[in-house]
Amino acid sequence: MSSQSRIVITGVGLTAPNGNSLQEFRANLLVGKARIAEIDVRHMGKQPAGVCDFDATKWQKRKEIRNGTRVGSISIYCAREALIDSGIAWEQIDKSRVGVYLGITEHGNVETENEIHNISQFGNDTKYWTHHHNPRTVANNPAGEVTMNLGITGPHYTIGAACAAGNAGLIQAAQMLQLGEVDLAFAGGVSESIHTFGIFAGFKNQGALGSHPDPTKASRPFDKNRNGIVISEGGAIYTLERLEDALRRGAKILGEIAGWCINSDATDAVLPNPQRQAECVRFALQRSGLKPQDITIVSTHATATALGDIQECVALREVFQNCPNTYINNTKSYIGHCMGAAGALELAGNLPSFADGWVHPTINIEEIDPECALPGLVVNKPHQANEVNAILNNSFGMLGINSALIVKKYGVA
Amino acid sequence: MTKEDIKQIVLDIIADIAPDEDLSAVKAEVRLRDQLSLDSMDFLDIVMELRKKHGIEVPEADYVQLASLDSCADYLLPKFLAKK
Repeated sequence: MSSQSRIVITGVGLTAPNGNSLQEFRANLLVGKARIAEIDVRHMGKQPAGVCDFDATKWQKRKEIRNGTRVGSISIYCAREALIDSGIAWEQIDKSRVGVYLGITEHGNVETENEIHNISQFGNDTKYWTHHHNPRTVANNPAGEVTMNLGITGPHYTIGAACAAGNAGLIQAAQMLQLGEVDLAFAGGVSESIHTFGIFAGFKNQGALGSHPDPTKASRPFDKNRNGIVISEGGAIYTLERLEDALRRGAKILGEIAGWCINSDATDAVLPNPQRQAECVRFALQRSGLKPQDITIVSTHATATALGDIQECVALREVFQNCPNTYINNTKSYIGHCMGAAGALELAGNLPSFADGWVHPTINIEEIDPECALPGLVVNKPHQANEVNAILNNSFGMLGINSALIVKKYGVA
Repeated sequence: MTKEDIKQIVLDIIADIAPDEDLSAVKAEVRLRDQLSLDSMDFLDIVMELRKKHGIEVPEADYVQLASLDSCADYLLPKFLAKK
């Protein structure tokens, strides 16, 4: 990339089941604190799930919360917090040059299920169907709610990319900044999926819904006894800028977007293809100009399904042979699978390692699955890597969408 | 059922759909939109809540009758009484 097109991260706002700021989230990752609750899922009863407890009224009127969506509130909270973190003088910004690009796994299921339930109380008479349904369920809803809350008049849309969506939002933003379409981007991923029973039922009937008597141990990627996904809500939104703009305003730079790739398995709707995943990582490395040995942390996608974890490990073994200084972790073991937010949140959890050198571990491993015993896997205790120069963030999703995003420490050649 | 009861029913609905509004000094004779931050979607919410909670139908041509608390009371009282 030329210096003209270098893209940097200058702010982050997030809500995760175990933290409503990067500081809180990171602190909990380093002390191994998972936070998974048991919630009552319509038609299904108690299920483990990651629930966020941010204060939506911090940035929205109660009427806005009522009329909007849960994921809209998550997005607004994250975008507002990112803006504060960035130190941007918002009143001086040309709002027509700001874009909002948010990755989503799915959208509209929550509201549709709620309305179907609602009219079922009235003999399924559709005159009881809410007029809020369409603005709540259009696919651009979460990004659109951000623009209305912040008065942004530039482009906004969501990127539907299954569970690869968090990375996809960031990649889209980086591309739009490089094209000069916008000067500032709010980008990342968001999810409200715990409020739809359909996603729980779908995973359950696929044999992929995680459980454990202790909900905080239900999400256990790479453990021999893992039994599936813990569904969570959450969001992470970043402010991205071109490097020269960030330098001009004296911004703190949290990391530089160094490379990325999105590709497709073109093989199976649910079973990942390790060959394509490895290809995705290699293409991202190629774009970044880095070698596998240059990657200090691999933030894995692994969701704790029996086959998915193994497939990712196959891909990583292929790419990261002879990389003694590459460490591998997983954040879903703390917060479950935040769906569209997963990739963006997992990257956020690792970003502070550029400053402190710590690699947070994957937790909840009682007995490592031999097929997942990757060299460099950081298990149950954090590892001091001394210097972290580059993070590879993996996020994969259904229909065989793969995304790999590489963020490097700013100032490292 | 009195007109005052109807006004309270409408105020209770508004309290639910516009929870940020201060309803303590709403003037019955003044248009609701002139004293509260209500938009067309909010009036649709009022219509929906009348339907769901009270079984009262307000045809689209009559939405204008919901302009103020007084006009709501005048318009809705016969409908509520007819239900009894």
